Amino acid sequence: MVASRAIGSLSRFTAFRILRSRGYICRNFTGSSALLTRTHINYGVKGDVAVIRINSPNSKVNTLSKELHSEFMEVMNEIWASDQIRSAVLISSKPGCFIAGADINMLAACKTPQEVTQISQDAQRTFEKLEKSTKPIVAAISGSCLGGGLEVGVPAAFDMMLTGRNIRADRAKKMGLVDQLVEPLGPGLKPPEERTIEYLEEVAVTFAKGLADKKISPKRDKGLVETFYLTELTAYAMTIPFVRQQIYKKVEEKVQKQTKGLYPAPLKIIDVVKTGIEQGSDAGYLSESQKFGELAMTKESKALIGLYHGQVLCKKNKFGAPQKDVKHLAVLGAGLMGAGIAQVSVDKGLKTILKDATLTGLGRGQQQVFKGLNDKVKKKALTSFERDAVFSNLTGQLDYRGFEKADMVIEAVFEDLSLKHKVLKEVEAVIPDHCVFASNTSALPICEIAAVSKRPEKVIGMHYFSPVDKMQLLEIITTEKTSKDTTASAVAVGLKQGKVIIVVKDGPGFYTTRCLAPMMSEVIRILQEGVDPKKLDSLTTSFGFPVGAATLVDEVGVDVANHVAEDLGKTFGERFAGGSLELLQQMVSKGFLGRKSGKGFYIYQEGVKDKNLNSDVDSILASLKMPPKSEVSSDEDIQYRLVTRFVNEAVMCLQEGVLATPAEGDIGAVFGLGFPPCLGGPFRFLDLYGAQKIVDRLRKYEDAYGKQFTPCQLLTDYASSPNKKFYQ
Amino acid sequence: MTTILTCTLKNLPSTSKWALRFSVRFLSCSSQLRAAPAGQTKSKKTLAKPNVRNIVVVDGVRTAFLQSGTSYKDLMPHDLARAALTGLLHQTSVPKEVVDYIIFGTVIQEVKTSNVAREAALGAGFSDKTPAHTVTMACISANQAMTTGVGLIASGQCDVVVAGGVELMSDVPIRHSRKMRKMMLDLNKAKTLGQKLSLISKFRLNFLSPELPAVAEFSTSETMGHSADRLAAAFAVSRLEQDEYALRSHSLAKKAQDEGLLSDIIPFKVPGKDTVTKDNGIRPSSLEQMAKLKPAFIKPYGTVTAANSSFLTDGASAMLIMAEEKALAMGYKPKAYLRDFVYVSQDPKDQLLLGPTYATPKVLEKAGLTMNDIDVYEFHEAFSGQILANFKAMDSDWFAQNYMGRKTKVGAPPLEKFNNWGGSLSLGHPFGATGCRLVMAAANRLRKGGGQYGLVAACAAGGQGHAMIVEAYPK
Repeated sequence: MVASRAIGSLSRFTAFRILRSRGYICRNFTGSSALLTRTHINYGVKGDVAVIRINSPNSKVNTLSKELHSEFMEVMNEIWASDQIRSAVLISSKPGCFIAGADINMLAACKTPQEVTQISQDAQRTFEKLEKSTKPIVAAISGSCLGGGLEVGVPAAFDMMLTGRNIRADRAKKMGLVDQLVEPLGPGLKPPEERTIEYLEEVAVTFAKGLADKKISPKRDKGLVETFYLTELTAYAMTIPFVRQQIYKKVEEKVQKQTKGLYPAPLKIIDVVKTGIEQGSDAGYLSESQKFGELAMTKESKALIGLYHGQVLCKKNKFGAPQKDVKHLAVLGAGLMGAGIAQVSVDKGLKTILKDATLTGLGRGQQQVFKGLNDKVKKKALTSFERDAVFSNLTGQLDYRGFEKADMVIEAVFEDLSLKHKVLKEVEAVIPDHCVFASNTSALPICEIAAVSKRPEKVIGMHYFSPVDKMQLLEIITTEKTSKDTTASAVAVGLKQGKVIIVVKDGPGFYTTRCLAPMMSEVIRILQEGVDPKKLDSLTTSFGFPVGAATLVDEVGVDVANHVAEDLGKTFGERFAGGSLELLQQMVSKGFLGRKSGKGFYIYQEGVKDKNLNSDVDSILASLKMPPKSEVSSDEDIQYRLVTRFVNEAVMCLQEGVLATPAEGDIGAVFGLGFPPCLGGPFRFLDLYGAQKIVDRLRKYEDAYGKQFTPCQLLTDYASSPNKKFYQ
Repeated sequence: MTTILTCTLKNLPSTSKWALRFSVRFLSCSSQLRAAPAGQTKSKKTLAKPNVRNIVVVDGVRTAFLQSGTSYKDLMPHDLARAALTGLLHQTSVPKEVVDYIIFGTVIQEVKTSNVAREAALGAGFSDKTPAHTVTMACISANQAMTTGVGLIASGQCDVVVAGGVELMSDVPIRHSRKMRKMMLDLNKAKTLGQKLSLISKFRLNFLSPELPAVAEFSTSETMGHSADRLAAAFAVSRLEQDEYALRSHSLAKKAQDEGLLSDIIPFKVPGKDTVTKDNGIRPSSLEQMAKLKPAFIKPYGTVTAANSSFLTDGASAMLIMAEEKALAMGYKPKAYLRDFVYVSQDPKDQLLLGPTYATPKVLEKAGLTMNDIDVYEFHEAFSGQILANFKAMDSDWFAQNYMGRKTKVGAPPLEKFNNWGGSLSLGHPFGATGCRLVMAAANRLRKGGGQYGLVAACAAGGQGHAMIVEAYPK
């Protein structure tokens, strides 16, 4: 949970809040080495108000490091000791960031739970001091303030502590977390960001003064938290042990259901809250710091921190700035993918042409983009006016008009090589010389597509994941001929679209599809062996996959899965064998294409939440039934048969140089294929759980099924030398 | 040139200081004479352009501007507009049949009289052969009406145009909700009783919640006062500065009223009520009193309050514009020339009210004048904070370079020439009618105080703005 909490930011709002008892702005201050000169914090006095400015050097964000903490304590002690100062304002000098949370590196550097517990306890002490401060302190927050918490004891706070979600400032105000909002200013006599912070400080200073002079009372309007949850009745109810037990139980159930017990943090938080309420706050704080220490040492924590670092890496363009910025984009094919790509482009301000062959197809795609944007309006993430302005970046058309201005064309037509060849030739006839041609394909080798190109150095693969507006990953595929500038351009566009990007070498199935294919083959075999799709789904989700394996096939599309399996099966032969393709073929012939056709392994109906199994598949399964091998068919074995094939293929990709780094492999697997985040990706998984254990399992399954489970060379290398890690 | 010559010669016999000044200007090629007591020299002697018709304001009038909900509250917008039009007829004695065209500006439209110009013209006794249309451009609607007239005359399509504006904030169209409207429209089409009943059965109580005219900017959903408060904060305009400026506006307006300088007001006998002759929103207060008010938009720490904002106003204005030769042929003594004008627009979120800042240097450049040439400034005062923010923006090289793409600032107008007879803060601001008031105030101030060039500027919702140069008609 650490990783997901440490990133993100408050929206366009700034806010400030008055510290008072039981209100934290940020935790996990630590205290140890005292520095002579202060680099993170400085303060000045305005009248009788001390203004404490936080500014971590050489960093875009302020994080809670040991240095920052000790300097902060120094400053606070001076302030408390000074007769001249009557109140204080806490503010960041960085536009858009107050404190982004605890310094992950600081936590990662801790070797033992005790160290982390120490950090946490120091922080608690600081906060205790702040709480008991006789001089009012106003925190002026602009931008991200995460990991900053709520105090225990209010049931409504549970939800937020548990999911670590980022709260928009106006919501925070409604919930009673902050006292006042300051809206960002436009241009004045200085750059807007600079003046906004100055203004925030001015307002906060006025408030601090008012508090010290007792002109303003720190009592706030009752926020939602209070009005809805702490009405006297609930407050009273919470004093009854029986009611409390019921609430704990409910919360625990809900958490169990959501996390499948794979993430330890939420349950521990409940424990801490329980201890705090039942045994008093001192016990609660002690328990909090200890549990925090334990959590920081878990594999889950290491896996998630690893993912965080990987994601930061994959949000950078290591190919440098492209020679020409892409301003005009054209997308060919207004299907699910094409429209999705168009949507994530127009809302970043890219002028985008969406071209399709038919008016109905185009209309469907335009409607998809509109709906995607309109859903944001419904969630109040966008105003209807902004939606219209964004939508105006989209031009829908049936011809190639305007392509002479395109800087990049992304084709998302049907996965058919001759069709892709046809559009490539058509497009090359109309686009300018500098224009990049990107192909969105999940399996067709890019070099085969580029074979008919006049300018193969401008051809590249951009593999998006469905639904494009939700899936963060973009897999970029370069052939031997693709130029570096073309790659830089594709990465730049992907980053603009908000994607996390891995760049891999061309080859059948690239990286993601190639890892998925053997696992899917195993899925089919498991189904043939008589495990029903529902059971298979629950086995995979309880392992940590966000979507069950059978459901995944339905989501991807049975026909697509079949297409890919056939293609890759031909190339990779026996290693990709397992289940019989017959199953998919028969399903396709009966029109069970998955969610898009309403029927796959499940039946999908609009407005029906609980999906039922498609009983018509039973007869197909029955006709293809294979006897299960009892020695490798326990629930755990089934899970590992799926995962080990995945992991083995991932390592193979690294071995063959399809992947440049293990980090990209992990990011691709987690963000594109839903590999369990708590495991951190296939390579992190091998590091944390031991390559040998995985090889042992593979050998066992190899005995039962043969070559499909043979561990690859690189994997056995790592297994035989236990000190060798993918992440050193 | 001929025009100037005639005018100047015509004026020579007059003994007033002003005539002297103009004659001096006419002869001012000699450097010796340039130091004459009549005032500083101008970059240009006149803004007349070769081969372009000179367009003059013969005269302009307005009803008194009243706070909405007072004496005008039972009227309809066209009633007020009618009062202005009849007043203009009376004041100028223009024969109805020579008026070629009538244009009115308005913002919140009364749905029954969406072309309020036509309804008012008919009711005011103008010829039914004179076409009329209504324009809307938020607070610069009347400016748009005037400049549309200028365009018609300059292009030779018309010789005589009446331009004006009206706003009646005492009554605004409040609609049924969309759901209710839809049901009512469907009911109209329903043929059988069954169809009707099934439609009525869909009725829900929330259908009855009314829909008010938007007070917020459509594109940003931000009210103008909120934006003004942020603008003031962006330019670091303090609450005290704003209150002081508002007090100045009210004090100057009071003085002008007492001295009878607001001569463009025509008396209006409101049916069933007394005759209205005076603006009723002028309330000079004290800084102490003003300081007590709570912020109206950004609570609790904002700086824009009811006392330093313009208030909701009812009022109408009208103006007779002619080609100069036509006016002279009809024996009129025009009050002013309408010269170069510009419209500008910018970001409706953060620069909503900075229209004057953008428009001023542009119109000056177009006319070939500098700030030093301007003798009177008439800016629309939406909020004290807005005016002061505009001053600071106009006086900032940084802003000019970073946001306006200009090398240097244009400079802030000197306060002693600025809105000396009050402004929208004190006189009131009927959205659609203010533009004509600004031009008439500039023209009358030039006549009274003896200047040549006046600069009119205003901001408007949508992030738009306008500026125009008014040149005094030589006496």
